[in-house]
Amino acid sequence: MTVYLTSLLGGMMIGLAAALLLLLNGRIAGVSGIVGRLALGIDRATNLAFVLGLVSGPLFYRAAFSAWPLVSITAGWPLLMLAGLLVGFGSRMGSGCTSGHGVLGLARLSVRSMAAVATFLATGVLAVALLESFTP
Amino acid sequence: MKRHLAQVATALASGSLFGFGLSLSGMLNPARVQGFLDVFGNWDPSLAFVLGGAVCVAFAAVQLMKRLAHPAFDASFHLPPKGRIDPRLIIGSAIFGAGWGLGGFCPGPAIASLSLGRLEPVLFVLAMLAGMAAHDRFVRGRQ
Repeated sequence: MTVYLTSLLGGMMIGLAAALLLLLNGRIAGVSGIVGRLALGIDRATNLAFVLGLVSGPLFYRAAFSAWPLVSITAGWPLLMLAGLLVGFGSRMGSGCTSGHGVLGLARLSVRSMAAVATFLATGVLAVALLESFTP
Repeated sequence: MKRHLAQVATALASGSLFGFGLSLSGMLNPARVQGFLDVFGNWDPSLAFVLGGAVCVAFAAVQLMKRLAHPAFDASFHLPPKGRIDPRLIIGSAIFGAGWGLGGFCPGPAIASLSLGRLEPVLFVLAMLAGMAAHDRFVRGRQ
């Protein structure tokens, strides 16, 4: 399978997961929101179940394809931790991340989410361009 | 009680499918995410299909939702506001995007990667939780 097809299929599964949570539980499948609420102790069982499911995803992938998903991490751990801090802080301040704003926000034609997605894509592109300019 | 159990089971199923989809899509690979964001360099556009596929399916679900009075296992839908754009939204998203580009991880893939048995996702997720806590303590607390 080409990477385009696996990306499309994987994306559609993410959409289906979001559809399940929306139509059955009436909730937005936004990962930063779910993790944030779990950390604050809100709806503990439901949010914990979603996070445990998320963590088990690669295990199901391993069972299906007898291989782990490909992971190649370029950042060293200090940069990775800085990135984590920014992602955590920014997703709380901006009320969402790639899943909440990116998938459901766009699907709801939310103007807020469109602005958020355009902004984080722009600074993401900028950050990578900056990294590239420092790598020989 | 029965309804609560159904909600927990739904969340588990949704999370698992989400994590499997992320694994299949290539989003767990920070190098590919950074390749997608490397518009001015060696651009790899394939991950746009992840967002495209996800948004199309979610869009159909949103249309279906509009015909329902309430979700199957709850009395009402819990939806965030979608209208007003404020500085917090833009500044927060800008900070989020910078971190996403620098590390190649966003929250979903980072958490799913915890099961890969590598140290890096653990470090990233701990830092991410610290970032969330810092926001709630120092920014939200002042309002």
